[in-house]
Amino acid sequence: MKELDPVILLAVFQEMLGPWLWLLLAVAVVGLLAFAMLLVRERGIVPRRLVRAEALGIVGGVLALVLMARVSSSGFTDAGGPADWFLIALVFGVGLAGSTILIYTAAGWWSSRRASPTTARVG
Amino acid sequence: MKRRHHAIEHAGPPAATRRRRRDFLLLCAAGAAGAALTAAPARAANKVKTTARIVIAGAGAAGLAAASRLAEALDGAQITVIDARKEHFYQPGFTLVASGVKPTSYVISTTAEYLPKGVALVQERVAELDPEGRKVVTESGKAYGYDFLIVATGMKLEYGLIEGMDETLIGTNGIGSIYHSPAKAEATWQAMSAFADKGGRGVFLRPGTEMKCAGAPLKYTFITDDYLSRRGRRSKSEVVYNSNNKVLFSVPIVSEKVRMLFQARGIQVNYERVLKAIDPGKRIATFVTPNGPEEQGYDFIHVIPPMRAPEAVRNSPLPWQTGPWAAEGWMEVDKGTLRHVRYRNVFGVGDIAGVPKGKTAASVKWQVPVAVDHLVAEIAGRTSTAQYTGYTSCPLITRLGQAMLVEFDYQNNLVPSFAGVIAPLEELWISWVMKTMALKPTYISMLRGRA
Repeated sequence: MKELDPVILLAVFQEMLGPWLWLLLAVAVVGLLAFAMLLVRERGIVPRRLVRAEALGIVGGVLALVLMARVSSSGFTDAGGPADWFLIALVFGVGLAGSTILIYTAAGWWSSRRASPTTARVG
Repeated sequence: MKRRHHAIEHAGPPAATRRRRRDFLLLCAAGAAGAALTAAPARAANKVKTTARIVIAGAGAAGLAAASRLAEALDGAQITVIDARKEHFYQPGFTLVASGVKPTSYVISTTAEYLPKGVALVQERVAELDPEGRKVVTESGKAYGYDFLIVATGMKLEYGLIEGMDETLIGTNGIGSIYHSPAKAEATWQAMSAFADKGGRGVFLRPGTEMKCAGAPLKYTFITDDYLSRRGRRSKSEVVYNSNNKVLFSVPIVSEKVRMLFQARGIQVNYERVLKAIDPGKRIATFVTPNGPEEQGYDFIHVIPPMRAPEAVRNSPLPWQTGPWAAEGWMEVDKGTLRHVRYRNVFGVGDIAGVPKGKTAASVKWQVPVAVDHLVAEIAGRTSTAQYTGYTSCPLITRLGQAMLVEFDYQNNLVPSFAGVIAPLEELWISWVMKTMALKPTYISMLRGRA
């Protein structure tokens, strides 16, 4: 459990998630790349879209906590100390940040695709 | 964290990994310097060439982990694993099955899934271990000669040594026992759940022998207490824990913490009680005490039988010859190297090892790499310095959804892996999360020799 050797950590995560590990990693990598490309293309953040993505991201954070509770046959109501609050914050945070980035990126590319036939080069 | 690093340095697995990595780096450095390199790939170059015959008696956690590591470290060795059972049980999950948290499928898989390539599996019971003749004889009478032997037979649960008790009673007459098998762990859950619905007197205990996972008797007491509370039956119930000696856990600081928790939950504690007989019809358990026999009535009882070495080991010259472990038949191995003190080519790992702490999967995880490192070193003509410190861990469940991540060594030191983050003596959700989510993947990785 204890060693933070990345090779062992990878082996453990592989056993834990099976093929899901690669799918999750792929989503994370593709999502981050698409996000970075969108930032370059739009030359910055679109604040309005970010706020909306964050609002939906809260749902993502809650879903992450629900998922965690299900797979661990327990719930965050079992929290007993600071490490537990840290874990809850971490799970919620990862869910929030992950879904915010994915939603923001998807919305960005979606709107640019829809806009591109007529207005792509206008702005 | 520092202390773990210390343990890592002296235990085998990371040392072996580090060595592999170091060798790899050396290869790279040599390449960069323009030195002539052999064409052999780094992986094969790390393997020690040998024609040694290695027999592993037992395909449980220790036997499979040893097979994987040996197959990885040696090239050309003839490795044979002997075990009659086709199924592999993830024993650390039995408590969760018996608590209604996981189904039996969670703990059942097959040995074949983890058997490394090139390792032969003999599906027979080991009948005789003959270290003088350097052979293992199976039930059918077939002999397997060896140059090195790893004994990983595990132990035997001796329900028959309790008068009136036999394993078919588990799940009936308010009798539970989580250790026996996945099916009996499930039957125990049914019996305990029925008890929690009605309430009454719950009796818990531990045997007077060495035992596997000494935390499990405590966990199951806590969990039953929790179910009684959740179902509104606690106030009408009695929960009694009978310890075989004068403490609740071998590590004093943990024992004291458990005593405090038991007191806070109204769990009554009796010391120096060893179950001698059981009358399932009348629901009476008889304990041996310093003041003579004592009868205790029960509505639910969690029976943990005496445990000792299997016959094949007990009847061999391998057990301790004197001292407290001689009668139970545990193997006389060096506690630091797991090597037999009289037969240098024999190692004992897992439950069968007669060492002061352990008999858990966590012990196996740290014992096996040490034993394997010493064995491989001998073949390679070098000396291993790998030492097992006695590290073991027990995610001590104190209620559904919380556990204490207790880790300790031979010297009763607490050796927390996540010092400063996960407090070992606090009831935490994060420790429960580890028990339910991370331990099985770690265990499976260990079987495959990857953790």
